[in-house]
Amino acid sequence: MPEDPATSSGGCEVIELSFVVNGEPVTLSSDVRVSLAEILRRDLRLTGTHLGCEHGSCGACTVIVDGLAVRSCLMLAAQAQGADVETVEGLARGDELDDLQAAFREHHALQCGFCTSGFLMSLTARLREGPVVSEFQAREALSGNICRCTGYVGLVDAVLSLAADSGKEPLK
Amino acid sequence: MKPAPFRYHLPATLQEALELLAELGDDAKVLAGGQSLLPMLGYRLTAPAHLVDIGGLSELRGWELDEAGLRIRAMARQREVELDPDIGLRFPILHAAIAHVAHAQIRNRGTVCGSVAHADPAAELPATMVALGATMVLERSGGRREVPAADFFQFHFTTAIETGELLTEVRIPSPRSGSTGTFLEISHRKGDFALVGVAATVVADGDRVAAARIVCAGVAPTPFVAVAAEQAVVGRVLDDATLLVAQYCASEGMSPTDDFHAEGAYRRQVAGVLVRRSLDVIRSQQGALSA
Ligand SMILES: Cc1cc2nc3c(=O)[nH]c(=O)nc-3n(C[C@H](O)[C@H](O)[C@H](O)COP(=O)(O)OP(=O)(O)OC[C@H]3O[C@@H](n4cnc5c(N)ncnc54)[C@H](O)[C@@H]3O)c2cc1C
Ligand code: FES
Ligand code: FES
Repeated sequence: MPEDPATSSGGCEVIELSFVVNGEPVTLSSDVRVSLAEILRRDLRLTGTHLGCEHGSCGACTVIVDGLAVRSCLMLAAQAQGADVETVEGLARGDELDDLQAAFREHHALQCGFCTSGFLMSLTARLREGPVVSEFQAREALSGNICRCTGYVGLVDAVLSLAADSGKEPLK
Repeated sequence: MKPAPFRYHLPATLQEALELLAELGDDAKVLAGGQSLLPMLGYRLTAPAHLVDIGGLSELRGWELDEAGLRIRAMARQREVELDPDIGLRFPILHAAIAHVAHAQIRNRGTVCGSVAHADPAAELPATMVALGATMVLERSGGRREVPAADFFQFHFTTAIETGELLTEVRIPSPRSGSTGTFLEISHRKGDFALVGVAATVVADGDRVAAARIVCAGVAPTPFVAVAAEQAVVGRVLDDATLLVAQYCASEGMSPTDDFHAEGAYRRQVAGVLVRRSLDVIRSQQGALSA
């Protein structure tokens, strides 16, 4: 295979990586400088994970690593060696959206969609810790991600609707 | 965004890590949680030839909590420490301070020791460590020393850590009986660095203050001990008048500079207000102190 300039190491150290992404084991070799986000997007073509600021501020790149929501722009792929990585592509079952995604659609929790995958992954990790039942908790759960379009109202409604679906009345 | 080329090392034991750091000297940087180092590498504010990732060292995970106090090892993540209920009970000030550090997604990776080693003047944990009288344990190949927090922070992003040394542990002594503390801050947005933060601990003797430690973040190159405010409360009942005196003394000797985020005068003002509010929180926590 001819050397692809996008993936060539430019004389840098190359390492072998293996981890699990959305349940599938993955093995590849990469320039050691590359972030987990870049491996996901460039090598695995999982472009649902977005890169906004690339310095930890916006949250667009949030994925779940070993059960914890993290910034994939602030993790070397090498640091994900052996880890279990979940991305937005792992949420839906085929064409069927998961409950959180469906709530986003229902409550207009997105406009341009750039921030959406990051919010979905942050909230997926948060909701596994327990239900979000008040607006305060919802805003707290949303606070590590930035959305430039929605004004967050739809996002808060989407999260609280899940509490309502589970029979718990959201406390406003 | 890509860092300048580096060689990546993943030592399997502490011994191996210390030998690597000794051998590579100034050409190496320690990689812990990476939440400060990776952005700096991306912007090429630093371009070390070698990264020594301490993330694989099981010896450096977690912490020890016993009679003597809390020993937080180098790879204990901020969020793990924040969520531990026993730590929260024994060191409420530490719990409160960590909750102000960035966002949960960043605290899931960032380490307590990494924040201390990074020594950002607007960071919450360095000031908290000074307030708690912590000691930093520094290890090198064939040696180890302990440095009190008050001597550890030397300037912006500059600490007592020497080339070849690793901060392996932060030791926080058990609080004296009758002591309580809190951390308050003002920042532009939730998760941002502090414009001003205040870490305050008070030891009560009956209804009076036996000892106080009040330390501000964000107002000087290193954590600023508000000595005049401490003196204003020691030996006194925490009534409203004492709190006001502490507020006005807090900025004595403090000369915060203007920067992109806020003017120095604003920071002085806010420091005083936060000192008063933190003492107010403390007196409501410690029933005996409320006059
Ligand atoms: C968007 C964003 C917001 C943030 N907001 C805040 C905030 O509000 N308050 C705050 O305090 N911090 C904030 N941070 C920084 C965060 O807390 C970092 O986790 C912390 O500063 C560094 O810890 P780390 O484990 O990630 O260290 P790293 O990034 O791995 O290392 C930081 C520096 O310390 C050195 N180092 C790390 N560990 C050791 C060790 N054991 N011995 C010797 N040297 C060591 C490294 O060589 C490097 O120079 C923020 C970061 C981001 C990306
Ligand atoms: S791209 Fe990672 S936080 Fe913005
Ligand atoms: S929908 Fe556009 S940034 Fe959030």
